[in-house]
This record gives sequence, C-alpha cells and structure tokens, in this order.
Amino acid sequence: MLPREYRTISSLSGPLMMVEKTSDVRYDELVEISLGNGEKRRGRVLEIESDRALVQVFEGTSGIDSEDTKVRFVGKVLELPVSRDMLGRVFNGRGEPIDGGAPLIAEQSLDINGMPMNPFSRDYPSEFIQTGISTIDGLNPMVRGQKLPIFSASGLPHNRMAAQIARQATVISGHEDFAVVFAAMGITFEEASFFMEDFRRTGALQRTVLYINLADDPAIERISTPRIALTAAEYLAFECNMHVVVILTDLTNYCEALREISAARKEVPGRRGYPGYLYTDLATMYERAGRLKGKNGSITQIPILTMPEDDKTHPIPDLTGYITEGQIILSRSLHRQGIYPPVDVMPSLSRLKDKGIGKDKTREDHADLMNQLFAAYARGKEAKELAVILGEGALSDEDKAFAKFSTVFEDKYIRQGEYENRTIQETLQLGWDLLTMIPVKELKRIRDAYIEKYLKPLLDKKADNEANS
Amino acid sequence: MPDKKEVKGVIERISGSLVVAGGMEGASMQDVVHIGELGLVGEILEVNGDKASIQVYEETSGLMPGEPVVSMGEPLSVELGPGIIEQFYDGIQRPLELIEKAAKSHFISRGISVPALDRSKKWKFEPKVKVGDEVEAGDILGTVQETVVVEHRIMVPNGIKGKVTKIESGEHTIEEVIAVIDDNGKKSNVTMLQRWPVRKPRPVKTRLAPNVPMTTGQRVVDAFFPVALGGTACVPGPFGSGKTVIQHQFAKWAQAQIVVYVGCGERGNEMTDVLLEFPELEDPQSGQPLMKRTTLIANTSNMPVAAREASVYTAITLAEYYRDMGYSVALMADSTSRWAEALREMSGRLEEMPGEEGYPAYLGTRLASFYERAGRCIVNGKEGREGSITVIGAVSPPGGDLSEPVTQNTLRVTKVFWGLDANLAYQRHFPAINWLSSYSLYTERLDAYWNEKFDDQWSGLRVEAMGLLEQEDQLNEVVRLVGIDALSRDERMVMETAKSLREDFLHQNAFHEIDTYASMDKQFKMLRTIINFHHLGLDALRKNAPMAKLFNLPVREQIARMRYLEEAQIDQIDKLDDVIKEQINAIIPVGGDNNAA
Repeated sequence: MLPREYRTISSLSGPLMMVEKTSDVRYDELVEISLGNGEKRRGRVLEIESDRALVQVFEGTSGIDSEDTKVRFVGKVLELPVSRDMLGRVFNGRGEPIDGGAPLIAEQSLDINGMPMNPFSRDYPSEFIQTGISTIDGLNPMVRGQKLPIFSASGLPHNRMAAQIARQATVISGHEDFAVVFAAMGITFEEASFFMEDFRRTGALQRTVLYINLADDPAIERISTPRIALTAAEYLAFECNMHVVVILTDLTNYCEALREISAARKEVPGRRGYPGYLYTDLATMYERAGRLKGKNGSITQIPILTMPEDDKTHPIPDLTGYITEGQIILSRSLHRQGIYPPVDVMPSLSRLKDKGIGKDKTREDHADLMNQLFAAYARGKEAKELAVILGEGALSDEDKAFAKFSTVFEDKYIRQGEYENRTIQETLQLGWDLLTMIPVKELKRIRDAYIEKYLKPLLDKKADNEANS
Repeated sequence: MPDKKEVKGVIERISGSLVVAGGMEGASMQDVVHIGELGLVGEILEVNGDKASIQVYEETSGLMPGEPVVSMGEPLSVELGPGIIEQFYDGIQRPLELIEKAAKSHFISRGISVPALDRSKKWKFEPKVKVGDEVEAGDILGTVQETVVVEHRIMVPNGIKGKVTKIESGEHTIEEVIAVIDDNGKKSNVTMLQRWPVRKPRPVKTRLAPNVPMTTGQRVVDAFFPVALGGTACVPGPFGSGKTVIQHQFAKWAQAQIVVYVGCGERGNEMTDVLLEFPELEDPQSGQPLMKRTTLIANTSNMPVAAREASVYTAITLAEYYRDMGYSVALMADSTSRWAEALREMSGRLEEMPGEEGYPAYLGTRLASFYERAGRCIVNGKEGREGSITVIGAVSPPGGDLSEPVTQNTLRVTKVFWGLDANLAYQRHFPAINWLSSYSLYTERLDAYWNEKFDDQWSGLRVEAMGLLEQEDQLNEVVRLVGIDALSRDERMVMETAKSLREDFLHQNAFHEIDTYASMDKQFKMLRTIINFHHLGLDALRKNAPMAKLFNLPVREQIARMRYLEEAQIDQIDKLDDVIKEQINAIIPVGGDNNAA
C-alpha cells in the first residue's frame, strides 16, 4: 500500500492534531509529519471516527500549521530497531542515538507496545538477587523477574541508591550475562549525567543501554520512552538470554505527561485529574517484567517515582503499589539523621521474597530472622514513641531492650556505605548479632532449631565476654 | 439454537477498546461480535439506531474504519461440561495453555480462537437413569469422573423435560449425544457440552438461610469473623496489606468442594504462583492436590481491559454450574476494584454521565447483582440436592480510603467485612485483619453450630476473647497517657492476655508449613488454653502472686508454640491445662488465699 499524505489538518490543540478526509487509517498507527520548514516529527493515531483521525504528536504541535504541514500515515505501529549492539549506547527518548556513534544496524524491528505475557507461560521468579544492601537483601529480598519500585520524594538519594543497585546486583549462583536498561523520563541533565558518569566510571556502561528524555525534551515523548526501553529489554532478555535490570526514572513525570494528553482529549478525569485508565496504562509497562518458561533471560524492573508531598496515597504511588510486587520506601526522617540508604523498613515490602529465600537460596533461617527483625524493630519504635511522651522511666525492661535495639538497628543494619557491598551472609550475621540484645523468650517468630543453631553460640560468647570483663 | 441471526456491519469509530460499528440494524444488546479481519471478540454495549457500541476483549491496535463487524446473534456464553476443573482460562474462557500453543509464543497475540473444552477427549460416562424414566431440568443423567476428587454430574439442561428414550454409556466426547429426551413428541438431543450466557444467573429451586460455616483454617476468620456456606465476604485493604495472600489462603484451605479463583486485573506472577503451587499442595480434606478441585481464571492487569469486566461473570457462571451439581463452591475474586475500573473505563469511552469519582451510576447495581448470585440453595432437579456458592471479593481502595465508591457499594451487599490494616502489616502481623473494625453478620447463626460441636463452650470463649481485645484497646489509651504502671493488677492481666491472643492466636504465618492451616478443633483448644491461663492468672494475682513471675512462667512459651503443633498432636494442648495450674499454684505465696479473702 502506498503511504498516504494529507494536508488536511483541521485543528490543533496541546499535543493533539485532527486530520480530516483520511481513509484506510489504522488505530494506533505511526504518523510522520513534515513541517513547512522541513522539520520532521512523529505521532500516533489516538482515535478514528469515519474519515477523521486524531493524532498525538510526540514532539508537540508548536510550529505546525494547517497549510504547509504534510501528514503521512506509515501503515504500521511505532517500532524500535533492536540489536545486541545497543549495549553501551546512549539514545534519546525516541530511540535515536545521541552519543555521536554510528546508527544502529537493526537485527529486528519490534512493536514498542509489546504483547501481554501469557500467565501460563510465565515462570515464577525465585532466584535471589544480591544487591549488597542489607535493607533489601535481608528484609525485602529481590528476585529475578520482579518489579520492585523505589518510592522516593524530592531531596532523597534515590538516584544514588538506584546506581548502587545497578552496580552491585549479582546472583549468588554463578556468573551470567547481565545488562542494565536505563530509561530517564523528564529528569534533569544533572541527574542523567550522574548516572552516565557513575556507569562510565565503574565500567558498567558497556553492559548498559540508556534512553534519555530530559526535562526540557518534549513531554509527550515520555509516553513512549519507557515502552522503548522495555522493548529493548525484552529483546535482550528473551532473544539474547540476558538478565536485564530495567531502571525507570522518574515515573511521576511520565504520569504527568499522560495527564496532559488526557486533559487535551477532554476525557472524564479520575482522581487528581489523572485519567481513569492510569492503572491499566501503568500495568501495561510494569507487567512487562518477568521470566518465561524455557527462556534463560529475565527482566527485573526498578521503577523510581517521587511521591508528591511524600504522600503515599497519591494516585501515582498508590496505583504503582497495587501493580508492582512490593515497594522500597525512602524515609525523610532517616535521611535527616544522616542515614544512607534511608530505607523506611516498616512500610517497605517485597512480595516475592518467600520464594527467593531459604535453604539452597540464601539460608534456611532467613525468613524467620527477617520476620523477627521486623517485629522487633516495630516494637522498639513503638517503645521509643512511648518514651517520648512518658519519659524513659515509664518503659518496662523489655521495652527498653527493644528501644535500644531499634536505635542500634538503624545505625548498624540500615546504615551502610554507598560503595559498601555486603554479602547475604554478612547481612544475616548482622541480624543475629543485633538480636542478642533482646530476651530469647521474646523471639517468637523464630523456630527453636534456628535459635539453638544461630543465636545460642552468640549468646554464649556474649556471656563469656561479660564474665571475663 | 433457536433463531440465531447474523448481522453484518462496518467499523466507523475506534477509541481504545471501544469500537462503534454502523449498519448493525437488528443486532441486540450484549450479543457477541467478531471485529475486523482478525476476528477480534467483542460485546455490544449500546445500540443507537443502526450504530452499535462494542467493547472489544482484545487489543484494537491496527483496526481501521470500514473493516467488517459480524454479530453472531448470541450473548457472551461459557461452555459447560467435563474438563473445566484444573483448567487455566482467560477472562472469556479461552484456555491459556491452548493460546500459547496456537500463538506459538509466550505472549498473547490477537484473534486467537480456541475451544474452552477439549473436543477430542473421551470421558467415561456412567448413566444414572434408564430408558423410560421421566426427567426434568437439573436431574442427573449420569456422571463422569472429571478429576480424582470431582465427580462431574451431567444434568438435564434448563428448559428440557420429558421421557428418556435413549441413554448411552461408556467413552464419549463432549459433543456426542449421550441421551435423547422426548417431551410429547418434541425430541431433544443432550450432549455433555452445554452453553450458558454469563450475564444470566442460572435458576435454582429455593434459596436457604446461610447457617452452616465454611471453615478456612485461618484463626482470625473462623473464630472471630466467620463466613457461612453461601455467604458473601469482602476484604478491602491498601496495597501491601496482604489481600492476595489471604485470598490464596482461602483458595487453599477453604472447606469447599470446588474452588473458582479469578485473578481480575492483578499481577501475572501471582497467577503463575497459584498455577505452580496448587498442583503441589495437598487438600486437607481429600489428601489430593488442591488443583484437582480448582479452576483458575486470569485476566492480568496488562491483558485487555474489557475482558476483565467479563472475567468475573465467566467465573460465577462456572461456579453456578458446579453448584447445580450439588457442590459447595467457593469463588475468590481478586480484585473487584479492577473490575469496577474496567466498567469506569468503558463508561468513559461511551461518554456516559459519570457518577461518583468517574464511576458509572450503575456501579452499585452491578456489584449487588454479582454478589446476589452467591447463596446456599436447593438446586433444580427432582432430587432436591443442596449446593452453595460462597463469594469472597477483594477490594483495592485507592490510598486505603474505605469511603470510595467500590468499597462502599460492596459493603452494602456483603455480610462479612475483613478490614485489612496497613499498620498491622507494617508490624508483620498477618493476616492483617483488624479485629476491632472487622465484622461478620453470620457470627450468631454459626455460634449455634459450633456450640453443639464444642459442648456449649464456643460462643463464651469467643465473646470473652473479643472483650479482652476491646478492653486492651481502651487500656492502651490510658497507657499512652500515663504509662503502664498506672494500670491495676487485673488490668495488667488483661493486657497480657490480649497480647497473647494477638501474638499466639490471631497472628498466623501463611508460609509456615504447619501454622498455615488450623482445624476448628485446634483453634478451639488454643483459644480455651489462652483464656484458661487468663482466668487462673487473674485468680493468682488476687491471691498476691508476683506479677513479673506470672507473666514469665515457662508455660507461656509452650502456649506461644501451640500453633506449631501438627494436627495429629493437638491433644498435647489439652495437657497444658494441668501444666498451667501447676506452675501458677507454685507461685501463689503461702497464705495468699487468706490475704485475698
């Protein structure tokens, strides 16, 4: 079929453009727009009504007029050329190289919307990923194929933490092909260059693909940036058998762009002006993480979002939390105390932890230890709050022990260096060390056998030391 | 099928999952249509002159105005017959395994048409009626062993009655005629395969009151907020509060003969988890793998949104079919909020006037009519079989705010409310069901049942335990203001017992091999022991026993570990009563009795 060209733009508003008297236009089709001055832009068909097509222009509509601008319908959806050579390269939010290198020679062209994974064909994620960060490995373990977002807020060190995870993530069982796909949506040049610099310095760049849409790039382009990145990730994972970690930052900017389009289309808004389909839209991206039966590769997603006003019930973190398999929440109060990484342990959660830990994965005692640390820290924090009101004297001896535990826990367990890479064994050991501060009868979440095996030797040693001194 | 009429039209407008077709004169509401060259499946939502608005159950990208739209003149229906159990369907009853084979890919491509039930498999049909018998709708013609635990009963389809003139036996496929029924000259051929429109409830004879419990093996549920066979329950909670784990626990341990689990707009990995885990887990009642009584329906959040709307109807129609055979069926829907969102999305595209928070005004009626399909009843057929459907729906309120429309409309029709509490979840108290805000309207009805089983002790224990937890909440206010020392000795005992109830009884670890399920016997014994310690402890305190010693008695550790006793060993709990008595008596000071008196 010959590409059809039209000069029949009837209206322009925001990122949207109405083209009249079209025929044979397909829903979701890619559109190429040539401006009078020779500039080329791209868009996609959002709605068709008989012979009128509504087009969303990725680069925005400024400068488009209804006389000289030509619109061509390409006849296929937006596709991304992919190849193994993407690794080590930097692209813009539309998937074009911006690192001055040669254009990519495509092995395949893939629809950036992907297709939903058949739940029957999925393989359950169960391989533990060691990130070297105790609050993740010990308390919220991440597994291959999981989607675990970081809920942050402005001014918190989520970027440093994401970079640390990208740098340190390994699987305990041997060395395998590992890649990072990084998609930046509307972040500042400074933030983007932090990542690029960090990847370059640590040698991670050669196994990384970057898609960068900066804060001053067109907002509408952000709608396709994460989809382009995930298409690249799917190719690397399921065609090239690599283990891919996808870092998406910042989802909040993505959702704002989505709201902009929805408002331009005059749709009935849902909560806070975001479209009613925000959940479905986010799900079509997040659900592209996973593992497939009979395939070696995997896609693990770490989306980062900044919560407006630190509010977890804001639609963006809220809907994300309903789709992703847990969340790592950063705490401003820990950050103020100078603790890095400021992971708010209580509300953070990894839903897939149970299959990734235990005997033959990490260690048999991991689950019990984890539950006990959570319970003890929660009780300690409660006791500390009580002490604030009533004074320390009002606490029972047990509560005092828990209060002290929670302070040391924050200082020793949560706090660690940005370049400190703790193995899972070290993290577990640290947990047991801290539990010696609590009376044994209060350790109700741990099986007797493990107390006997892991805690008793430590207690005996402690008793010896006390006796000696 | 009578007067099936085919209507052909063309696409005029495409907007997301909504397609408007022209030239559809004669098409009726809710008919199934095939759209475009690919033959995508859709359903008519609105008819306006010759224009029909259609929700499409598959991704619409690539469709073009002018492509054909064909209505088959039949509403969206499911196929009923042997082979449903152990299946894994999408929202419109296509087996996901066959989709994988047909697509030759791990991804779901479009326009795939696969049969819901295997047409070539032969089932061994054993007739239960003979030639000359008079039968009516719902009567059992014969049986097929569908899985090790499920006997599939082939019933006379609705609308057919008369004299059996022919009945087969032995190996047959589901499309072969297994019986001929003659109603005064009008002959009907009956096969094992039947069809039923999903949006139409299957009829029953009479409905019964829900006064038989459905145990779930979860202590906080069975003991405090029980659900009855044929009841309705909802589990609302913010993300991370453990909704899905609770739903999985119910699907695993609920005392139902058939389980229908529908993952509606939820995570793909969760469904995979169920799919991999259920064939491994053993059903405590039958000793067979749980999968042998389960059917799964998955429409994950990234699958087309319109099919999400259909998936709960598909599920409840399958449930009704097994209820009609005389089984107790449990239906878990996770999550009904995603279903309501699908309604909202379609309503928005149809440009309907929005109600609260953009949801359509008919949200409440739709939810009510869905939950109303639950119930315990005498099903059709001369035999008077009893069957039931218990519906447990998860609700995902945005931001955990229960005042939102889906939660409120659900609470209006469901009888049990298990309120999940984010704070409990943060403390890793699971199941994070808040014992103060949750309720069950079946408690009183079911007390009679359990009192009979447990020598009239049950309701007393339950009421006392709830009272203690309630008191703890009030005392906590005091403690927060003036410290624990301000409490009297009796009040300290209440606090101690309430803590024991929370930590040793209500808290239950779903991932612990033994703790994950507790029989009613075990629950009763555990609760009795805790309350017994409370009574003896109070008594000892009044006799001047030292408080610190009482609270640190070694037997308390044994109480804390009751939950880890295997079902075969629960008699050991009975022995704790003597140990408690002995240890408490040992710390009552000599002459303590006299002082108290």
